[in-house]
Amino acid sequence: MISFSAVAKRYPGGEEALRGISFSLQAGEFAFVTGHSGAGKSTLLKLIPAIERPTSGSVIVNGQNVGALKRSAVPYLRRNLGLVFQDQKLLYDRTVYDNVMLPLAIGGQPPREAAKRVRAALDKVGLLARERANPIQLSGGEQQRLAIARAVVNRPAVLVADEPTANLDAESAGRILDIFVSFHQVGVTLLVATHDQGLIERYGKRVLRLAAGRLEGA
Amino acid sequence: MIAWLRQHREAFARAFGKLMQQRGASLLNALVIGVALSLPAGGYALLANLQGAAQRFTVEPQLSVFLRQEARRADLEPRLKADARIAQARFVSRDEALRELRQAEGLAEVVAALERNPLPDAFVLRAREPSAAALESLAADLRTLPGVARVQVDSAWAQRLGALARIGRLALAFLAALLATGLIAVTFNTIRLQILTLREEIEVSQLLGATDAFVRRPFLYLGVLQGLAGGALGLAVLWAGIATLNRPVRELAQTYGSDFHLAFLPMPETAVLLGAAALLGWLGALLSVSKYLR
Repeated sequence: MISFSAVAKRYPGGEEALRGISFSLQAGEFAFVTGHSGAGKSTLLKLIPAIERPTSGSVIVNGQNVGALKRSAVPYLRRNLGLVFQDQKLLYDRTVYDNVMLPLAIGGQPPREAAKRVRAALDKVGLLARERANPIQLSGGEQQRLAIARAVVNRPAVLVADEPTANLDAESAGRILDIFVSFHQVGVTLLVATHDQGLIERYGKRVLRLAAGRLEGA
Repeated sequence: MIAWLRQHREAFARAFGKLMQQRGASLLNALVIGVALSLPAGGYALLANLQGAAQRFTVEPQLSVFLRQEARRADLEPRLKADARIAQARFVSRDEALRELRQAEGLAEVVAALERNPLPDAFVLRAREPSAAALESLAADLRTLPGVARVQVDSAWAQRLGALARIGRLALAFLAALLATGLIAVTFNTIRLQILTLREEIEVSQLLGATDAFVRRPFLYLGVLQGLAGGALGLAVLWAGIATLNRPVRELAQTYGSDFHLAFLPMPETAVLLGAAALLGWLGALLSVSKYLR
């Protein structure tokens, strides 16, 4: 599903964020990416939806070489991916409902079908009762769940989440991981970045450990 | 196709919503565009009116043909009557001309001082074709006729007016081009400001798979709507200007025994003005969004 081979990423200015990254994730697999801040977790995840491009090596997602994708093809790649961002990137000038509607509006879904999907996604993360609220009125955990609802409303086969439990208490974090597990059970491929060691140990999934831009044990 | 139409409708709704949300700023922008548009449009309307008036005067394209002393009326009259280009030929004898002159104010004493009648016989002709070129060529032909001393085209001033109108049109085209550029710049800037305030939304949309066309669409509609609003305001300014000018113009025309007054822009020109405003708004928006997306 996702395959990195000899991927390096150097940002302008010479800083090398990733070096010699090779791994591959089977369809339906659930893996954590871990490491200290600055180890390259976010950079690695950003290569998958072509937010960043690799300096060398190749990133294959669903059979497509993402690093070589034309700019005009990138939107269609992203529509097939569920993305949860470190800073959530919610829009605070519209309701919870409209935030989740955005990917469907972009994809041109018929409104009736879209409304059904939005409610289903909100129901899945337990926010159906808050659909008229503004994201600013939600707690940190609820905002994170809203971001997840938006990521999965298109029913993507791959979900990529960057530190989805950062700044959350243990209970909220556990709730989010439970949601991820339920996606895993229906066959979604998940790649979740976290530095929360306790969480990783509790779930016992595959772990990609990054240190200074390299995969440990690789 | 249906999805595409729906996305256009949604983009239009969002653009309209933005316009309404910032009513004050939108109105000021439209005013800037409107005033800018009203200048060339007003110039065009004035010029069109002037040309209309000039045409009305040259409806009587007159030529005076003065005969040599020895020439006789009967020699020329049949040839003039036979010429298809001449609608009417009126003979004015030298005696008649002198009588007219004597009746003219202030000239009676001058005429009385003359020992003999110095005036020639003449024909006053009215041509069928009022254009300056046709009149010139007719005059040239008449000059070659035996017995003709002099031919005078009485509508030469209409020619000068025509030349003046051509200069006016050129100046107007220049002004219009200048202001069109200004209009694009105004739209460019307002759309750029809009983009800056919506930067977050654009970024999020792109991360969620929005194409450039999706991002561009509401801004293009915004540019078009702003241009149209500006065009409508420009027409309103023009209408108010013409209505205000018309009162003194009518009074002035009445002293000349004319019912002349300024007409508003005709329908096709009004449509062209609105279309141009919309197009320029669209162009400004396109340049602005494209610059941002690059």
